Amino acid sequence: MGILQEFLQQMVNGLALGSIYALIALGYTMVYGIVQLINFAHGDILMLGAFAGFFVLIAAPVTPLTFIVAFLVAMLVCALIGIIIERTCYKPLRSAPRINALITAIGVSMFLENGARVVPQIGPNPRQYPTLPNVNYDFGGVGVSRIQAIVFLVSISLMVVLNYMVNHTKIGKAMRAVSHDRNAGSLMGINVNRVISFTFAVGSSLAAAAGILFASAYPQVEPYMGIMPGLKAFVAAVLGGIGSIPGAMIGGFIMGIAETLTKGFISSQLADAIAFGILIIILVVKPSGILGRNVSEKV
Amino acid sequence: MTVLKVENISICFGGLKAVSNFNLQLEEGELVGLIGPNGAGKTTIFNMITGVYAPDEGRILLNSKDVLKNITGLKPHQITRLGMARTFQNIRLFKDLTVLDNVRIAYHFNVKYNALQSIFRTLGYYKEEAEVREKALTLLKLFKIEQKSDELAKNLPYGEQRKLEIARALATNPRLLLLDEPAAGMNPQETKDLMQLIQFIREEFKLTILLIEHDMNLVMGICERIVVLDYGQQIAAGSPEEIKKDPRVIKAYLGEEVETGA
Amino acid sequence: MSNNRNRKIRIAAFSALGFIGMVGFIYWGIIDEYTAQILTFAAINVIIALSLNLISGFTGQLALGHAGFMAIGAYSTAALVMQLKAPILAAILTGGVITAVFGFLIGFPTLRMRGDYLAIVTLGFGEIIRVLMINAEKITGGAAGLKGIPSFSEDYTLNPVFSFIWVYLFMIGTIILINNLIKSSQGRAIVSIREDEIAANAMGINVFYYKMFSFTLSAFIAGIGGGLYALFFGYLNPTMFNFLKSVDFLVIVVLGGMGSIVGTIATGFILTYLQEFLRFLKDYRLVIYPLILIVIMLFKPAGLIGLLEDFKTWRRRRLAEGKGVLKAGERA
Repeated sequence: MGILQEFLQQMVNGLALGSIYALIALGYTMVYGIVQLINFAHGDILMLGAFAGFFVLIAAPVTPLTFIVAFLVAMLVCALIGIIIERTCYKPLRSAPRINALITAIGVSMFLENGARVVPQIGPNPRQYPTLPNVNYDFGGVGVSRIQAIVFLVSISLMVVLNYMVNHTKIGKAMRAVSHDRNAGSLMGINVNRVISFTFAVGSSLAAAAGILFASAYPQVEPYMGIMPGLKAFVAAVLGGIGSIPGAMIGGFIMGIAETLTKGFISSQLADAIAFGILIIILVVKPSGILGRNVSEKV
Repeated sequence: MTVLKVENISICFGGLKAVSNFNLQLEEGELVGLIGPNGAGKTTIFNMITGVYAPDEGRILLNSKDVLKNITGLKPHQITRLGMARTFQNIRLFKDLTVLDNVRIAYHFNVKYNALQSIFRTLGYYKEEAEVREKALTLLKLFKIEQKSDELAKNLPYGEQRKLEIARALATNPRLLLLDEPAAGMNPQETKDLMQLIQFIREEFKLTILLIEHDMNLVMGICERIVVLDYGQQIAAGSPEEIKKDPRVIKAYLGEEVETGA
Repeated sequence: MSNNRNRKIRIAAFSALGFIGMVGFIYWGIIDEYTAQILTFAAINVIIALSLNLISGFTGQLALGHAGFMAIGAYSTAALVMQLKAPILAAILTGGVITAVFGFLIGFPTLRMRGDYLAIVTLGFGEIIRVLMINAEKITGGAAGLKGIPSFSEDYTLNPVFSFIWVYLFMIGTIILINNLIKSSQGRAIVSIREDEIAANAMGINVFYYKMFSFTLSAFIAGIGGGLYALFFGYLNPTMFNFLKSVDFLVIVVLGGMGSIVGTIATGFILTYLQEFLRFLKDYRLVIYPLILIVIMLFKPAGLIGLLEDFKTWRRRRLAEGKGVLKAGERA
């Protein structure tokens, strides 16, 4: 295989991985945009989504239809979990010092991971993820697997839907208003609490979809599976400019490609470290990210 | 002698020109008021002068040791060290620290002992700690809150919190003091006391003062010169008497109808 | 003033007596070896938790990678002792300095940003350090671990005594260092950053400088804790320094009360002790700890020390009320 083909193959893999990161990063960036909180538990919601899908997929034979049902169930379950977490753990701390909310978020994250470990139905050991039988499509030496095709299809359509919702619907307008200025939004008659809950619900359901895609691609599920993609997607969100929705998408794709290229051409052990390196570089060079606005605290 | 010179400063926030071509010159010992409707850009000007925001255009000069020094682009802590202090519109005390600590923090950059001396508790540490404590208590006494020096700042009544914020600013030993709505939330009696306090500290500490205020009694009562701002631009300047009569000011505050009536 | 001074002398005298007494008890076997080990281990935990309290509790910047700092200190100290035959004290201090350099390099780009970035960067750093430790087999022994690190004493029977002495001297040193620093002008500058960065800046405090100072010092102390850990256990493995280890320290700090030295010391001992005796709860500990973090943050952010303060005020009020009732009775 030529170097060009190898490169194109890694690009395809990178785009597939990147679109998963983009889905996760969207949740981070929306939540951060609206309540200025790094929701550490976001990666663990991905894990819960993957498991919700897992239980649907082992209950019935794996067909495209059950796959769709798995997505819907996982997204709904995680939307609910997202709302519950926000209402019980984050909402009471909105006016507390930020470090308190961050510590709570860490607590929630660990609670979900380790809670999943002790639940007998989930348990600590990795499990094989049921998925559709694999087919490889060949485009002049560059392979695209069926699961990769599904990843593209699902993530891109979700992003299109999200974009439409944020930019062209009433609730999307309310979200943008609240993220711009919560108090002013509230004065304009927006139910801020509902908008924040809604944002958590949307972010969490995107994470759930990403969870199923991630688990199908590997194909494995386990309680700690959300940590690494969560961290990398956070870096993607910062790279794109935290708070910016198109930024999260761009950041996700860049992160995915950077990772697969590192894996393919440098070293697979460094692939995890690359995310961290990228984060440091952004913080030094352009902390506001590619599409971020420079926000300074009001004085 | 000129204490502060602001030359043609402008700043934009995402396309919105918050302040454009603003000029200001303060002479030593002056007490100048900056007024204008809400959102006129008063606090933004304060933030540029104190280094919180860097202006997009123009420059700011501050008298430091009798030389006008360009302070545009310096950090707030650097500007404070050159002799400018401020208070905040929405009180920013160190809420969970004692009243005494609030003031002692402001003395920090003048403290000469270093971290190693603190850790090893040298004689220099003890001597200077005692001095700082003494100075802080003397200052609190001037503001009549010395009996509360061990209370947490957040437990003070509102009026005393405002006072403490001014005391804390004075502890940095400024030549120029910027007060951002010092009378906000005060009742008429408290405002009257505040006016006396401002007059008093001005004499006592030989200060030049620039203040933002909505309370016209206070502004007209103590300021010698007033600058009026609307939509980020200066629309008038002069003595309180001149400002009261100025049609542009009346228009900015009361709207168009006055003009048609006049 | 003199009252305060007398109190300090009394505390110092009691601590010295207690310390010498404990050393004697361990030497004569009145305190058995197992208990001595737990006490020593608890002191190491206290040292590292205090370092975390410095940056997170006093400076208000959440750091989630102290296990990573601990690992750097541990492996550097081990390497210095094993490969360069360095004396123990020099090795531990150098390990601290090496860790401080890492702290400085991480802090420099990160601490300019809002506090949240430090949390995620330190978290990522902790994980990366672990991966690097697994790969740097020459120094760390890789995933198999590093065996045969010399202990504090060559005489096997005296080891518990020497471990105790070394670790406690370092713990006392750390307590004095942080206490004296916090109760000084520099300490007030550090705490003002936690309270309100913008106001601190306006008061002439170089916020970035003091964040860097606090974070680098925190890394230094955590590195020293790691060095003591290496010599105390005699065996190192990268999995010892995972994210959960960082969270252990966070739980100590949060439960004791952020910004409270006494709280950190007390919970450091209590939790280390409980961990030994509740080993059978292993998996559930990982569920209980995060719950502790959440519940404390939601209901009592000042931690156990805050509860103690509340209790004192409550009792004072009760006493005052009691007197009031008595007076009313007298009048009747």
